[in-house]
Amino acid sequence: MNEPVISVKNLVKRFGNFTANDHLNFHVDKGEIFGFLGANGAGKTTAMRILSGLSKSTEGEVVVAGYNVNTHPEKVKQNIGYMSQKFSLFEDLTIWENMRFFAAIYGLSTAVFKERAQMLLNKLGIFHEKDRLVGELSLGWKQKLAFSVAILHRPSIVFLDEPTSGVDPITRRQFWEMIYQASAEGITVFVTTHYMDEAEYCNRVTIMVDGRIEALDTPAALKKQFAARNMNEVFLTLARPNNQ
Amino acid sequence: MITIQNTSKKYGTVKAVDDVSIQVHEGELFGLLGPDGAGKTTLLRMVNSLILPDAGNIQLWGLDPVADYRQVRQIIGYMPGKFSLYTDLTIEENLNFFATVFGTTIAENYHLIKDIYQQIEPFKHRPAGKLSGGMKQKLALSCALIHKPKLLVLDEPTTGVDAVSRQEFWEMLQALKTKGITIIVSTPYMDEARLCDRVALMQDGQIHACDTPANVVAGFGKTILGVKMTNVYKGLTDLRVWKHTDNVYPCGEYLHFIATDSHVDVASVTQYLVSLGHQNIDIVNVNPDIEDCFIELTRTH
Repeated sequence: MNEPVISVKNLVKRFGNFTANDHLNFHVDKGEIFGFLGANGAGKTTAMRILSGLSKSTEGEVVVAGYNVNTHPEKVKQNIGYMSQKFSLFEDLTIWENMRFFAAIYGLSTAVFKERAQMLLNKLGIFHEKDRLVGELSLGWKQKLAFSVAILHRPSIVFLDEPTSGVDPITRRQFWEMIYQASAEGITVFVTTHYMDEAEYCNRVTIMVDGRIEALDTPAALKKQFAARNMNEVFLTLARPNNQ
Repeated sequence: MITIQNTSKKYGTVKAVDDVSIQVHEGELFGLLGPDGAGKTTLLRMVNSLILPDAGNIQLWGLDPVADYRQVRQIIGYMPGKFSLYTDLTIEENLNFFATVFGTTIAENYHLIKDIYQQIEPFKHRPAGKLSGGMKQKLALSCALIHKPKLLVLDEPTTGVDAVSRQEFWEMLQALKTKGITIIVSTPYMDEARLCDRVALMQDGQIHACDTPANVVAGFGKTILGVKMTNVYKGLTDLRVWKHTDNVYPCGEYLHFIATDSHVDVASVTQYLVSLGHQNIDIVNVNPDIEDCFIELTRTH
């Protein structure tokens, strides 16, 4: 899997005098589960918005799914899926209506939509509930559904912004199984999380501190490098300002 | 001391809190652990007199949050999950407001909030709405403490907060504990259990366990093997259908595998995985943690 689907070279983003992203360099391979960690305010969301074509970089070259994000943001958007930290399905539409809406946005034909929606709902085991309003679902089901919707158009990359915050341990694991499965099917997964144990599910992890990438490697290599027992210790070593 | 006895609360047909009985001891840092929707907020709000229970009895140092709500509110500091201070008042104005409402002054109880408030005091003329998440949290905690409560009730103070700020927040709670304040804190982060004196694990309105973190873990009673291989997803699905598997789920770098009986060991798991063509198999013994306990307790209830 040596084919990069995300390639970031010297990415800089400034807001006035403030540098939110300071010369980021990394690539993500096809099918990789890539963890993107950092303290609040480290610049993760800024970088993720640039990678997904929602914001333009000040400097640097970013290629996602084969397209330059500054010159072809619309092409990028068609080829990625995005699951926002804030639940963004329509609560007053049913499960099925939400899926139909997003399928239409991404230009799927009715036949393709029906087949895929049925398959995804069967996989979740909630096909019989397809006419329930999304607002009635528990947080865990909402998150699993939002993930299914984000990969409905078979994007080459899916961006997940803190997908598991507040979810119970069992559902959190079911969610990660869905991520493993997507990755096994060749979808690249780019994920942010505040759960440090989840960092260990990733193939590689990057840790951002004050706009810069301070570490980037496999969880095992990072633990070795920082002589840490777990990713939480690695994170605290890097991200804690006064290194107590 | 706080006693909650057979307390229940329904919303329509949903049992938000279902016959809960727990005690919180004087001076304790007590953790209420559970996912979103477990009923934590409802339970905390019945304790602090903001929601009326359908059934049961709650006592705080002999006071009943229903009958004696005025006195109960005097002895409680409450930090809700949602930031609820006045965003158009400054840091100092918010703190002054809460001090005045409770008939005290900032000066009188400054010693209690000093360590926390000093970190935001340089910005005391800034409106609360323009503060970062960490600063808002410190202000909210200062406001909840300014009347010197006997009991501090914190509803998910660390949700959505990064690992560094979470660690700092827990250090603040440890420091408050030494000042003799009893603290009840709810959290969806199971790893925070080890920072509490005792914890209650809550799911679907019920308490599944209530003990010290060490005792909860000691009660797990099954052996966990950590299993790793090249193709984790295939490994997971293969182990799930194996006749000797009681449970298997991802947990960090390794899958956590629990066998149906004690005869299943490293060798037999390895043999099974090798027979299915798995590579780079690594199996280690794993000590259970609170999440493993939570998963097991949720499954068996």
